[in-house]
Amino acid sequence: MAEDMAHRPPTRRRRTELNFMAEGTAVMDASSAAAKRIERAPLVTNNRSMSWISDRVASCTEQRCPRWWWIMFTCTVSLAVVSGLCLIYLISTGVGVWGLNNPVNWAWGITNFVFWIGIGHAGTLISAILFLARQKWRTSINRAAEAMTLFAVVCAGIFPVVHVGRVWMVWYLAPVPTNMGIWQNFRSPLLWDVFAVSTYFTVSVLFWYTGLIPDLATLRDRATTKIRKFFYGIGALGWRGGNRQWKHYEMAYLILAGLSTPLVLSVHSVVSFDFATSIVPGWHTTIFPPYFVAGAIFGGFAMVLTIMLPARAIFGLHDLITDDHVDKMCKIILLTGSMVGYAYMMEFFIAWYGGNLFEQYAFINRATGPYWWAYWSMIFCNVISPQLFWFRRMRRHVLPVFIVCMFVNTGMWFERFVIIVTSLHRDFLPSSWNMFYPTWVDIWTFTGTFGIFLTLFLVFLRWLPMICIFEVKAVLPEADPHHGDHHATPAIGEGGH
Amino acid sequence: MAIITPHRQLGREGTDMENIAGNPNAPLYGIAAEVSSASALYHAAEQVRDAGYRRWDVYSPFPIHGMDQAMGLRKSWLSALVFLGGVAGLATAVILQFYPSSIEYPLIVAGKPTNFFTVPAFFPVMFELTVLISAFTATFGMIILNGLPRWHYPIFSWDRFKKVTNDGFFLAIEAKDPLFNQESTRVLLEKIGARHITLIHDDD
Repeated sequence: MAEDMAHRPPTRRRRTELNFMAEGTAVMDASSAAAKRIERAPLVTNNRSMSWISDRVASCTEQRCPRWWWIMFTCTVSLAVVSGLCLIYLISTGVGVWGLNNPVNWAWGITNFVFWIGIGHAGTLISAILFLARQKWRTSINRAAEAMTLFAVVCAGIFPVVHVGRVWMVWYLAPVPTNMGIWQNFRSPLLWDVFAVSTYFTVSVLFWYTGLIPDLATLRDRATTKIRKFFYGIGALGWRGGNRQWKHYEMAYLILAGLSTPLVLSVHSVVSFDFATSIVPGWHTTIFPPYFVAGAIFGGFAMVLTIMLPARAIFGLHDLITDDHVDKMCKIILLTGSMVGYAYMMEFFIAWYGGNLFEQYAFINRATGPYWWAYWSMIFCNVISPQLFWFRRMRRHVLPVFIVCMFVNTGMWFERFVIIVTSLHRDFLPSSWNMFYPTWVDIWTFTGTFGIFLTLFLVFLRWLPMICIFEVKAVLPEADPHHGDHHATPAIGEGGH
Repeated sequence: MAIITPHRQLGREGTDMENIAGNPNAPLYGIAAEVSSASALYHAAEQVRDAGYRRWDVYSPFPIHGMDQAMGLRKSWLSALVFLGGVAGLATAVILQFYPSSIEYPLIVAGKPTNFFTVPAFFPVMFELTVLISAFTATFGMIILNGLPRWHYPIFSWDRFKKVTNDGFFLAIEAKDPLFNQESTRVLLEKIGARHITLIHDDD
């Protein structure tokens, strides 16, 4: 009876019943009653078996390619091609095809860079920080979120490379000995950025691939065609799931999580140094690193939900990515959104408290100047709309969650636009003030990066397991080595521990 | 499982076709068997450990918590390798930055000195390269310590073993183990409730 209940999703009523029974029945001893009281909702609903999980996740890559996939793929590839053509036009002509002008030397290009790199941070937060915090609900979303990280960083990487204008000279950023005898300035945040972003991408790839090895072995062992067996066999490296392998594997995974945690915090901090170490009013603030990191996680979680909710619906993965998962992600969005709102307020406070006239003007101009609409869009999308997630009902319905996430996606782009353009367009000297107007190249290059991002994500959905199969199995109750022993209390939530 | 008789024949011509995998004429790799669950595998591992075997392993679709203790394995020493990797990364960053910035091409920006006392400005790159080389060491160190990549392994010739990446729990004792004896090892596996006990041969 007790075993049976441990598997069922405990609704609120059931929980009260359990408490009541635990208190009222003499059969249950005190410790098991205590265990029941803090029972948590299962991470995999409907009591699914291990082979069901393998089948359901692997079949997404094995069944015939659904028509919707081709339709979406065609759309996203077309968008990606548009972006590519715009980039060719930019490189062959010059950065003048963007709407840049003299005070606004950085506009959409760097806005897009910060936007995309920020999105990546949610993936690393889920895969590394939640792993170290032993948040086992991360297991069913970490694979797709990490993939999203990689694809977002790919999109981000395009912009700083092309914004230098003469793309063929980008290698100047790399500290290699040349016959010119010139070296980089290692004390420049722009150089730190090169190291931070390239390290971030590389470590994310390593982390992602390490997590994939056992699942590629699952696909290899299920393969029915020679081609699949060959490629998944290569990818799985001959993995055989022995505990002598798992021992090193778990250590490697733990270390990678431990390395990625400070790394992800450093990346957006370094990105924020690009602004904070300058003397431009509106940029020169010490709040930037934590504020940027919170904003990155905020925007990233919104993007995770934006792409995971449709994927979950299409593949019918509701038992693996449950409403509880969505609920928890919404709570993180609410938390980080409120942190971002706090940062917006604190920026204003410090501008007033600091007594610097230029700083004060920069902030008043942000909220009431010619870009007021961008500022208030940002406030509405990032600070006000997530407050809906205070309500449990809102966190548990797909539609409000999706709408708020779209607002957050928009708002986070506006945040970077506000920081970059409103600070630059009215600098110290009123005679050089100027407005920024994007050209069609600006607009289509950015829109096209969504094509690149979604194309890569669709390819990922089609050929790789979108959910970490082995980790989800490990959080099932029967994965506990003491499952069924009388002295154990597996009901204390966490399955394996 | 039937009671073992010493003269029992094993092989393709034997009564139980399932009981052998690989090429029967090739050297014996070991004996493998399946158990029903993660907890059965855990208890089986404790018994094989207590029987004193050295060259054996348990196979599962996911890492089982506490299995290292149940098998009597010590902590992975991958962390030591990664520490060395981190030190190498840090040293690389120090040399990469200070050689050009202080010796080869001192670049004076905003009147700041170029010597070692400006070290905080060099921290970000030091940190990034430490993480980068450590992460490479963690991933590739894990692969190498696990004896990967390899295309084939004797136990792969057992068809049933495909379940290991789905929902199968297996254990295998190698013939190279000093305690290995075809009959007594088999008896041990039967005693701990393992099923589908199979002789695994190499392929050639």
